[in-house]
Amino acid sequence: MPQNEYIERAQKLHGKRLDTEERARKKAAREGHKQSENAQNLRGLRAKLFAKERHAQKIQMRKAIKQHEERNVKGAPEEKDPSNPVPAYLLDRSNPTSAKALSSQIKSKRAEKAARFSVPIPKVKGISEEELFKVVKTGKKVHKKGWKRVVTKPTFVGPDFTRRPVKYERFIRPMGLRYKKANVTHPTLNVTVQLPILGVKKNPSNPLYTQLGVLSKGTIIEVNVSDLGMVTASGKIAWGRYAQITNNPENDGCLNAVLLV
Amino acid sequence: MATVLPPPSKRQKREEIERTTTQLDVAPILAPELGSFKANFVDSDGNQMTDVIEINFADATEKNISVLLNTLLERDREEFTPYRFRIHIPGKDIIVDQYPSDLLGLLKQHGVENPFETTITLSAEPQAVFRVQAVSRLAHRIPGHGQPILAAQFSPISSGRLATGSGDNTARIWDTNTGTPKHTLKGHTGWVLGVSWRPDGEQLATCSMDGTVRIWDPEAGKPVGQPFKGHAKWVLMTAWQPYHLWRDGTPRIASASKDGTCRIWVVNTGRTEHVLSGHRSSVACVRWGGTDLIYTGSHDKVVRVFDAVKGTLVHSLTSHAHWINHIGLSSDHALRTAYFDHTKDVPSTEEGRREKAKERFERAAKINGKVAERIVSASDDFTMYLWDPTNNGTKPVARLLGHQNKVNQVQFSPDGTLIASVGWDNSVKLWNARDGKFLKSLRGHVAPVYQCSWSADSRLLITASKDTTLKAWNVRTGTLAMDLPGHEDEVYAVDWSPDGKMVGSGGKDKAVRTWRN
Repeated sequence: MPQNEYIERAQKLHGKRLDTEERARKKAAREGHKQSENAQNLRGLRAKLFAKERHAQKIQMRKAIKQHEERNVKGAPEEKDPSNPVPAYLLDRSNPTSAKALSSQIKSKRAEKAARFSVPIPKVKGISEEELFKVVKTGKKVHKKGWKRVVTKPTFVGPDFTRRPVKYERFIRPMGLRYKKANVTHPTLNVTVQLPILGVKKNPSNPLYTQLGVLSKGTIIEVNVSDLGMVTASGKIAWGRYAQITNNPENDGCLNAVLLV
Repeated sequence: MATVLPPPSKRQKREEIERTTTQLDVAPILAPELGSFKANFVDSDGNQMTDVIEINFADATEKNISVLLNTLLERDREEFTPYRFRIHIPGKDIIVDQYPSDLLGLLKQHGVENPFETTITLSAEPQAVFRVQAVSRLAHRIPGHGQPILAAQFSPISSGRLATGSGDNTARIWDTNTGTPKHTLKGHTGWVLGVSWRPDGEQLATCSMDGTVRIWDPEAGKPVGQPFKGHAKWVLMTAWQPYHLWRDGTPRIASASKDGTCRIWVVNTGRTEHVLSGHRSSVACVRWGGTDLIYTGSHDKVVRVFDAVKGTLVHSLTSHAHWINHIGLSSDHALRTAYFDHTKDVPSTEEGRREKAKERFERAAKINGKVAERIVSASDDFTMYLWDPTNNGTKPVARLLGHQNKVNQVQFSPDGTLIASVGWDNSVKLWNARDGKFLKSLRGHVAPVYQCSWSADSRLLITASKDTTLKAWNVRTGTLAMDLPGHEDEVYAVDWSPDGKMVGSGGKDKAVRTWRN
């Protein structure tokens, strides 16, 4: 038996209190009163935390209500001819997913040659090495060595990265500033999906930053689009696509990017 | 400094000399006399073909046995038919579909104690005497349509003409030999959802979202008569009356519509002969069988069988739990091509042609000497049912379980021995047409497979998928014969020409593509 399941064990051995049901019912019945009291009387950080939790709950509730309302609609929706021609066996079926539309949009855009090398953010402010790196002093008091650098901007570190021995480690990429996922938007469809990052393709400021995986505004990253079911021209599954970062991740705490088409 | 090996010792030298001078005894490597077995040949109906004959295991390759059987049947060398054999394991209920390279090993593996001198039943399936080669390259990419291509079909006469229907409200006829457009058939006011050639190749029928069916002359590219109006909603599919059933000097055509009815039109006059009603929802598929029965599959989960002459309901097959997407007919290929076959000899008289069309139909539909046209229905409930409405009534022959998603299309092979089904689970599955047993699954597509088409010799299958590729499969081995990328978007329609020379395909990228070997 795991150590922490002593309550379950006690219940198995001795059973529950005879008035358990009643108490549970009463507790549930008072829940609304409790919530209301908390909402009115909590102050400071507790109030903040409470409000945040309540906010999330309300969003969930609204969603659920909306779903129920959609279900209650009586009669068939008015019949409309589908917009894109599809063969007889695809008529009357639900619309193709946005992901597929996304992939074909990309393809049709690719066909225009001029669009091939353009990126959404063509000009990027450079980042100096002084700004990016902070010197770390190591060693004993007498001969403090100053050859280690801490990267002060967010970075992407691949899953197979292992730290070098401390003596040979020149760049430190702090754990708190690492990102694994990006919110990637398709520019024309306005579909945003959170996708895992595969790698940093190019940081325009400095090749060294590319090597370190620094994520700054304008950096080209490769994201994993395998969930979207895109296919290359030769029929293979496409799983990596490039995207450009559109925000300043160090200010926002999240990574927004736009898919390159 | 490199290490120098010490010179070999006396013992090592002696052994070396001994090894090189004595000759190796190679006898055990050669195969011993393998022994023999008794072969009992039966045809696909289970009738014995010849007397039981003894065959050496050493000689028992499939090719040799095929030649032996032809000789036993006293055929001339020119008339030899290639056979495929299925092995019935003696004393068990197992039937091995694929002839192994090592027959003795197979028998031992199935626990046959003493394979020598046992009688093994081999069921012989005649194969097509001609051979279609897998298409391997893009012959032509012909742009022309302004919207996605929704349907494609080759003319039964030759692979030189391909008809396509598109979302731009036109149907087009292409000359595939030169890769050029031949005619644009304008007239419909909605997407052209289906094209079908008359079995003798003289006319072409198109059906459309505008609720009409139109008949065209494919040589002149002109409409024939007035459009057939009468359906209240989209017309999804049409089926021509088989050539040998034409009465009163006119062909007839059946059309299935979203309004839940199926209409039979007399083509020469444009008159509606019957309105087959009864379905409560969109009729997705219609087939006209060679015994003058019309099979319709609908979104109301029912397959209905109508008598085409009287226009009455014969059977109502209710077993499916969801929409019916497609119906395959065991005589599909024979009916589509009427009197055209690989021999290229077309009878000169009308009677001769009808006779030949009838004979071809009967050969395709006969089981145990009785005409038994079978149908297989594919459904959204992930299953298929095999039916024999003429002999078995409303009782299904078999239920075909195995797909993990909706089944979109199902096709009998031209020789009627296999069924291929494709669906939304990205797989192509092969089934035995006789008993509905699952044979194999062909995997390779990475998106739903929309359509499939058999080669005329039943040895190859081509599939079209949402993943923008066509794939040609070797049915015998279940392997990919050829991967055909080239389409830039989903492939909606594919057809293998009845003479096997060409494959035509079309899809969302609006260009017709033809493929050759």
